[in-house]
Amino acid sequence: MALRVLVGVKRVIDYAVKVRVKPDKSGVVMDGVKHSMNPFCEIALEEAVRLKEKSLASEVIVVSCGPQQCQEVIRTALAIGADRGIHVEVSENDELGPLQVSKILAALVKKEDVGLVLLGKQAIDDDCNQTGQMTAGLLDWSQGTFVSEMTVEGEALKVVREVDGGLETVRLKLPSVITADLRLNEPRYATLPNIMKAKKKKLEVLKIKDLGVDVSPRFQVLSIDEPPQREAGVIVENTEELVEKLKEIGQI
Amino acid sequence: MANPLRSKVIQLYKNLIFMGRDYPAGEDLFKERLRQAFRKNMHVSDPNEIRKLIARGNYMARELQALYHVHKYRAMKRRYYNND
Repeated sequence: MALRVLVGVKRVIDYAVKVRVKPDKSGVVMDGVKHSMNPFCEIALEEAVRLKEKSLASEVIVVSCGPQQCQEVIRTALAIGADRGIHVEVSENDELGPLQVSKILAALVKKEDVGLVLLGKQAIDDDCNQTGQMTAGLLDWSQGTFVSEMTVEGEALKVVREVDGGLETVRLKLPSVITADLRLNEPRYATLPNIMKAKKKKLEVLKIKDLGVDVSPRFQVLSIDEPPQREAGVIVENTEELVEKLKEIGQI
Repeated sequence: MANPLRSKVIQLYKNLIFMGRDYPAGEDLFKERLRQAFRKNMHVSDPNEIRKLIARGNYMARELQALYHVHKYRAMKRRYYNND
């Protein structure tokens, strides 16, 4: 089955970095801060590569939208096993939110004749959890979100979704958009030899206007604040004092 | 016989330095420990000994990958899931 898979990966501030808010509250400090591939995107990519290894997918195309540095993340994805990469170049002034990225992905799906889109469930920097859903909507494709298990059954996918009440098993008719959850798989590590070998793989750079997509922003970030500092607890001497303090704050 | 092994040792060292960027306790600490470990075995000349050490180095690389995975998994689980 000649299934072409498109994997979207995002370059985000590394999960282990302590994020600092800029003094003018316009954003977080990004200069000189370690960036890496979004952990959920890694899981999506791993799933795509596994499909290819099982000969269920014919080609894995990885795409990332952003500035020049996105190419590092695409190179890592190529090292992990993607066949070729597409970098959708974004200028300093473009701020891409989920809707804009979904439009870009939809355009690429049509351009590259893709049958399955694999994305991470959300990015750890904006936590939107919207791109997969919006992409499926724009393409009018079936979607499986928060997927923790995925099996190909002919022209359909059987997925297990992690939902609040437990696990939901759904059969989706291909073509589909899938967003990966934490327990879908254990992503492999891109070692230096893999990265060296992946330098031969093709990395295409596209401009947004080449795709004919309107990426004008629909919302504006007003301010970014740090979460409130945790207040120190109060130590009480005995139960009477505890009851008194609870009465003071109106809890009893 | 030392020459092909020399390139293998250098390759191992470069791989580990590359992996050190993600070390949770800090890249500098990792690099220092790595250099100490390699320096300690600087004078080993027996090819079999060297092969054993390279194998141990590769084992350490796999252990590091497991460490990174667990560290990331736990961080994501703590942040995104309601752990009662």
